Amino acid sequence: MTTRSGGARRIAGRAGHAAILVFFVTFLAFPFYWMLITTFKTTQDLHDINNNPYLFHDAPTLDHLRVLFSDTMFLQWISNTMLVGLAVVIITLVLAVPAGYALARMKGPWAQTLGIGIFLTYLVPPTILFIPFSRIIADLGLQDSLWSLVLVYPSFTVPFCTWLLMGFFMAIPRDLEDAAMVDGLSRFGAFFKVVMPISLAGMLTAVIFAFTLVMQEFVYGVTFITSSASYTIGVGVPTFLVRGDVYFWGSMMGACLIASVPIAIIYNMFVDRFVAGFTMGAVK
Amino acid sequence: MATVEARQLVKAFEEVRAVDGIDLMAREGEFLVLLGPSGCGKTTLMRMIAGLEQPTAGDIVIDGRAVTDLPPRVRNVAMVFQSYALYPHLTVERNISFPLRAVGMSKEDIRKKVDWAADMFGIRRFLNRKPRQLSGGERQRVALARAVVREPAVFLLDEPLSNLDAKLRNSARDELKSFQRSLGTTTIYVTHDQAEAMGLGDRIAVLNHGRVAQIGTPQDIYLRPSDTFVATFIGSPPMNLIEDGDTWFGFRPEALVPAAQVPEAAVRVPLRIKRVEYLGAEQLIYGTVEGRGGDAAAIARIPANLDIGVGAGEVCDFALSRHDVQRFDRNSGRRIAEATS
Repeated sequence: MTTRSGGARRIAGRAGHAAILVFFVTFLAFPFYWMLITTFKTTQDLHDINNNPYLFHDAPTLDHLRVLFSDTMFLQWISNTMLVGLAVVIITLVLAVPAGYALARMKGPWAQTLGIGIFLTYLVPPTILFIPFSRIIADLGLQDSLWSLVLVYPSFTVPFCTWLLMGFFMAIPRDLEDAAMVDGLSRFGAFFKVVMPISLAGMLTAVIFAFTLVMQEFVYGVTFITSSASYTIGVGVPTFLVRGDVYFWGSMMGACLIASVPIAIIYNMFVDRFVAGFTMGAVK
Repeated sequence: MATVEARQLVKAFEEVRAVDGIDLMAREGEFLVLLGPSGCGKTTLMRMIAGLEQPTAGDIVIDGRAVTDLPPRVRNVAMVFQSYALYPHLTVERNISFPLRAVGMSKEDIRKKVDWAADMFGIRRFLNRKPRQLSGGERQRVALARAVVREPAVFLLDEPLSNLDAKLRNSARDELKSFQRSLGTTTIYVTHDQAEAMGLGDRIAVLNHGRVAQIGTPQDIYLRPSDTFVATFIGSPPMNLIEDGDTWFGFRPEALVPAAQVPEAAVRVPLRIKRVEYLGAEQLIYGTVEGRGGDAAAIARIPANLDIGVGAGEVCDFALSRHDVQRFDRNSGRRIAEATS
């Protein structure tokens, strides 16, 4: 009796486990499925409310992608986004890595407060900041230039990534740096040869986050950039594919899919093992 | 091989003086143990010797050269951390060769040295693994190999055995001692475990509140403690201290034997027995000394097969031989030199 009820419990446990997994997989995969199917549906199929929205009723079409690539400057926007993203990521790393490391290693009550203070600046919304920023951009003569975005975006990527990296650096045992210094390195040497390689995971995470923040940014992009050739994806897509009350759903979803899939793949490739305690085996 | 000296060394963290004026010298090839309770400053002292901590005052002298203002990397010391501090992103081979690469040694020399160090600790088959794939004992050996590989002037070991389980600890202690003997490298070893200190140290420096309470051979420390702190810190159970006028009257638990066992008793100690603890090979008799007030507690350690024939609550006559008695000043706690008899 006991073994049978034990077995039943085990099966119920497994079923519950599977159900939770299925729920989350569906929950996370659904947006991608939605983008994918909408990209290839005919507009007629999309707008017919009697159709099951999860399935194709008409044959799949490439029309939306054709609109996206030939009627808009989508490729130009991608390259603008890459350019701005790359520049912002570099600036962010150069500032946030040393800042995060310093905050992680600083002693005393100030360190924590300062860390929180820096993070709080990330929470100031662009809708408040874009007015003073536009003054500065105008004074610098950077209106309608991608450089304006390169200048402004670090205002939120730096605090965010500093905070993020601080956490990663804090997780690295101090003993490792001490060991490296006794083993013949300077403090900088210990940072570059030991701390940096160990926190590679953290830095990649910071890179991905910074890049994603740049890609999705809208307010600054639409304020500082006026010519469509200088738009980033986040601005170009909604500006060009929403004409009054006409939404080019298929093309928009196609644009979103193309922009998000590479990021999702990179994220899955690296972030996975970041979580699994990269420093395991260093101490204890 | 080198001597290591601390001269008038002070380290203050805000108000706390972790190290409060320490003068100490490790002789050439010596195994010196820094022993003390947690917070006594032993780790801080070691970190200052390594150069990881800057002294507030005083000097560190290695081999006659003041290194106080030099960074760790030029002091030619190797340190084994309590946590082992293996580099998690590097293989065992790269971990061991890390100090050699840092000074830019040639590839063949590195290989020879790594093989030599790995053989010494029997870890050659792990060379391609990462630290996380090793057990605690194996990690400890890698940490030791990394310390040994560049043949430093001084080894600094910060409780390297405390993360091992009890069984492994004994064999590791044995190995540690024999490799130190064979290399003959001056070694400073921090621990709070007196058994480790006794077993390993050529000399032991007992630290308390940032000062050296006593420095001497294990025998010195155990048989002739310089004050009541050392007397009660060393030995398990610690030395019995009984109030006696202006002095403390001290004796080790094993010095106390049933009076029936000694032909002519020197010092009689009538003990009212509270409790008997049986420990296999021996037994501990907890009691209070009669006629000394209520709190004159004493413990006797006698062989387990010795039947004292008296139960709890009763009084049993114990005796001490005169040379087992030590006296300490009641106010300062300092040892009073033996009276010439």
